[in-house]
Amino acid sequence: MNWQMLILIAGMAVVTYIPRVLPLTILEGKDLPPFIQSFLSSIPYAVLGALIFPGILLIREGDVWFGLVGAFAAFALALAGANVMIVVIGSIIILSGYLAIFSF
Amino acid sequence: MQQTAVQSIQSDLKKGIQAGMSIAVGYVPVALTFGLLAKTTGLTLLEAILMSMLVFAGAAQYISLSLIAGGVGIGVIIFNTFIVNIRHFLMSASLNEKMDDAPKRTKSLYAFGITDETFSVIATRNGKSSASYALGVMLVAYGSWVLNTGAGHLIGASLPDFLQAAMSIALYAMFVGLLMPSLKKSIKVLYLALIAGCINSALILTDSMETGWAIIISTILSAAAVETAILLKRKAGVK
Repeated sequence: MNWQMLILIAGMAVVTYIPRVLPLTILEGKDLPPFIQSFLSSIPYAVLGALIFPGILLIREGDVWFGLVGAFAAFALALAGANVMIVVIGSIIILSGYLAIFSF
Repeated sequence: MQQTAVQSIQSDLKKGIQAGMSIAVGYVPVALTFGLLAKTTGLTLLEAILMSMLVFAGAAQYISLSLIAGGVGIGVIIFNTFIVNIRHFLMSASLNEKMDDAPKRTKSLYAFGITDETFSVIATRNGKSSASYALGVMLVAYGSWVLNTGAGHLIGASLPDFLQAAMSIALYAMFVGLLMPSLKKSIKVLYLALIAGCINSALILTDSMETGWAIIISTILSAAAVETAILLKRKAGVK
């Protein structure tokens, strides 16, 4: 292992850990104003919206239909009340079927 | 008394491990490909695994490979990693509202395991979450990430084309599956996700900014807008 790579990895590890650890330890035990509290509690659902769109539609370059079919499968399964693992496996199976029919 | 405390830690850990399984599946194609790309970029097996063990952040690791291949300096790569991962700041602050009280040492331990995926699983769970639950989720996710990095480097190939393509839906499908139960129950959740998704799409599709920043901006704008709307509505109702 060369030293440069080791320094690079260590540096990346440190700067990745800092934003992960600071809020959890600094905000520890502090009562934030109610507005900030509910703002922070809203973050997960907003993050999920941003993590899903537009990414889910762009998973295969140049094939929007692939993303649309995958998104439709995932939303349909989840809407039907399937648990997360079933949504994941089901979407993979449906997209495999799509590929088997349309491209390979 | 002590017996029950140990039991609840064990059962929370187990629940966390179960909840983390979908992340483990979703990480397979991503980590295998990372291992493979690390090899073609010239990293040794040990270096690739070490990076996955110590950094544990998919997007940043991928970007670092392309920068290494481009001969970019160490300082620039580290700075870039920081920028890409600064969004975890927001997630860590949000988790602070969600988690049971715990000693700082425990918090600094599970803080290491915060990724987009582990955060989503832990934060969308009903009620407060314990440190053991969080650690359970992170442990499976981490195991999959590190092992598959090694496997990708060793095998020197990713999954068969069609499986690789089909599995690329996995993490997105997981996000959808995590969002839906709350979405069905609350119109507020619908607005939060919809507004953030629209803003993020606008930012990404117009090439306005990098993914890391786009996620931060769209999340903050959406949460602030929805919370402000609720506040104004409540004030109007009071009058």
